[in-house]
Amino acid sequence: MSEDGVDRGKRRFLTALTVGVGTVGVVFAATPFVLSMNPSARARAAGAPVDIDISKLELGQMLVVAWRGKPVYIVNRTQAMLDRLSKNTPLLVDPFSKVKSQQPPYADNLYRARKPEILVVLGVCTHLGCAPSKAFTVGAASGLGADWPGGFFCHCHGSKYDMSGRVFKNVPAPLNLDIPPYMYLTDTLIRIGSDKKKGAA
Amino acid sequence: MQKLLTWIDDRFPLSKVWNEHLAQYYAPKNFNFWYYFGSLALLVLVNQIVTGIFLTMNYKPDAALAFGSVQYIMYDVSWGWLIRYMHSVGASLFFAIIYLHMFRGLLYGSHRQPRELIWIFGTLIFVALMAEAFMGYLLPWGNMSYWGAQVIISLFTAIPVIGNGLAQWVRGDFVVSDATLNRFFAFHVIALPLVLVALVFVHLVALHKVGSNNPDGVEIKKKKDAKGIPLDGIPFHPYYTVKDIVGVTVFLMVFSAIIFFAPSFGGKFLEHDNFIPANILSTPLDIVPLWYFTPFYSMLRASTTDFTHGMLAVATVLVAGLAFFTKRGFLAKLMSVVIAAVLIVGMFTLQAKLWGVIMMGSSIVLIFFLPWLDRSPVKSIRYRGSLYKSALTIFVVSFILLGYLGTKSPDAVSLVLFKNVTWAQAFTLVYLAFFVLMPWYTKIDKTKPVPERVTFK
Repeated sequence: MSEDGVDRGKRRFLTALTVGVGTVGVVFAATPFVLSMNPSARARAAGAPVDIDISKLELGQMLVVAWRGKPVYIVNRTQAMLDRLSKNTPLLVDPFSKVKSQQPPYADNLYRARKPEILVVLGVCTHLGCAPSKAFTVGAASGLGADWPGGFFCHCHGSKYDMSGRVFKNVPAPLNLDIPPYMYLTDTLIRIGSDKKKGAA
Repeated sequence: MQKLLTWIDDRFPLSKVWNEHLAQYYAPKNFNFWYYFGSLALLVLVNQIVTGIFLTMNYKPDAALAFGSVQYIMYDVSWGWLIRYMHSVGASLFFAIIYLHMFRGLLYGSHRQPRELIWIFGTLIFVALMAEAFMGYLLPWGNMSYWGAQVIISLFTAIPVIGNGLAQWVRGDFVVSDATLNRFFAFHVIALPLVLVALVFVHLVALHKVGSNNPDGVEIKKKKDAKGIPLDGIPFHPYYTVKDIVGVTVFLMVFSAIIFFAPSFGGKFLEHDNFIPANILSTPLDIVPLWYFTPFYSMLRASTTDFTHGMLAVATVLVAGLAFFTKRGFLAKLMSVVIAAVLIVGMFTLQAKLWGVIMMGSSIVLIFFLPWLDRSPVKSIRYRGSLYKSALTIFVVSFILLGYLGTKSPDAVSLVLFKNVTWAQAFTLVYLAFFVLMPWYTKIDKTKPVPERVTFK
C-alpha cells in the first residue's frame, strides 16, 4: 500500500479522536454495570428500628440482638464495672469519645450511654467487623492478663475494648465501638435505630 | 486418516500447534522432581472446573437455601459427596501445588530474565486464585464462611474517604448478606474462572516463547545442533508427557487418600465452624482462614500501632539513606525523598489498620518485582553462594511459621518465650526483608561458575 500523499498529522488526530470518543463511550457503557453492584433499593430500605424489652436483663449480663443484620449488645453494667471505667483513661485511644462518628451526642460521656448502667453498643469490631465477645471477668481469670479491667475482646485479631466499648491502645482496631442511635420508650423498653421521639427512623 | 489431517490443516493449524507445543517443543533434559507441579496445577484446575460445573447443578446461591443445598449435595445427590470433596480437597491441593511451583522458581531462578513475564503472569494467577478461593469459601454459607468474608471485605474500609462506600459496593449491602452471596457465586463460577483460564493460557504462551528453565539455570537455546535443535533439549512429547503421567499417578494417590480418609483434613481443609450455618450474631471463637491464607493473615494481624510506627520509621530512614547514598541520577534521589516524605506523613495520619492492609498487600506486590530485585549473576541455587541459600531457607521457615501462627490466637504463646503476635511481627519483617534486601545480598553473594551444558545431579 502506498503511503504517498498521506496526511500523517490528520491521521494521528483522527486516531486519537476516535480512541478518545471510544473511551468516553466505554466509561458511559460501564457505568450501569458498576452502579448495579451498589446496595439495591431493597437493601437500603431494610433497617427498620427494633424494640427490645430489657426488663429481664440481669445485672452484669449481656443481651445480643440483631439490628440491620448486625449484632447489638445491651449490657446491664454493675457498679464495679462503672467504677473501673475512669481508671482506664490512660490506656485508651479515645477515652473522651472525641471521634464524633462513633456515637450520637447523648452518648458522648464516660459511660457512652443514655443511662450509665445500660450500655447499648454495636457488636462490630472497628478493625474488620467481627463480633467481639464479652470478657467481663476481671484479671488473670479472663485469660487476658492479670491487669485486664474487663470489657470486650475480639478473637479475630486481638482487639480489646473496655466496658464502655472504648478501644485500648496497641490493638489493631482504631476506633471505639459504634453506639447506634437509640432511645428509651419506657424504662425497660429500648428502641434501637431511632432516637427521635415521634415518627419513623 | 492422513487425508483428514490435511483437510483440517488446510483450515486450522492442528499439526502446527501439536508440533510447536508438544512434539517439537524442546524442553531441557534435566528436569527433576520440582518440575511436576506445573502440569499438576493444570490437572487440578481442570478438576476444579469439572467438579464445579457438577456442583452448580445442585447448589443454590441464596442465603436461605445455600447451607441446606450443600447438605443436600452431601447426603441426597448420588455421588454428590465425592464431587464436593473433590472440589474442596482440590482447592487446598491447588494451593499446595502452586506454593511448591513458586518455590521451584525461587530455587532455580525461573523468574529471571528472559522469563519475567512468565513470572508476572504466574503471580497474577496466584492473585486470581486467592480471589477465587476466597469467594468460593463464602458459598457454603457456614459460620466461618460468613465471618471470613466479613473480615476480608472490611479490609476495604481501611482505605480513607472511599473505603466504606467501596466495601458496600463489594458487598451490595451494608453487611455480608444474600446480595453478597449471589454476586460471589457469579464471580466464583464464571468471571474468575475465565480470568484464570486466560492467564494460564498467556502463562504457557510466554513459557513456550522463551522455553523452559531448568535446575542448572542454563539457557539450552545457546547450544544447538546443525538442525537448530537445542543439544540439551528433548521433545516434550513423549518424554515429558510420560514423566508427568508418573507425577499425576502419585498425585492422584495422595488426592484420593485425602478424599476418602480425611476429607476435612482435621479441620484444615473444611473448618469445623463451617459445619454450622452462618450466624450474624456470633463470630466463631477462633476465626481462622483456610491454611493457605494464614501466612498473609498473620501479617495482617501483626500490624499494631507500635509495630507499624516502628516499621515506618525504619523504612523512612532506609529510603532517605538510599536517597543520600545512591549512585543513580537525580530522579532516583528525588523519588526516594518523595517516598520517605509520604511514609512520614502516612505514619501520622493513617490508621494502623490501613498499614496492616498495606503490609499484607505489599507482601504480594513484592512477588511481582522479584525478577528485578534479584541481581545475582547466576540463576540456579546450585551455583549461588551461602547468602542466598540462607536467605531462602530463613524465608521459607518464616513463611511456614507465619502460616502456623495464623491458625493460633495472637495473644497465646505457641512457640517459645514471646506471644504469637510478637513472633508474627518478627517473621513479617523477615518476609519483607527477603525481598527488600535482595538487590544487595544477591549482588555481593559469592557464586560458583555455571557449566556450559546442563548436568544431572
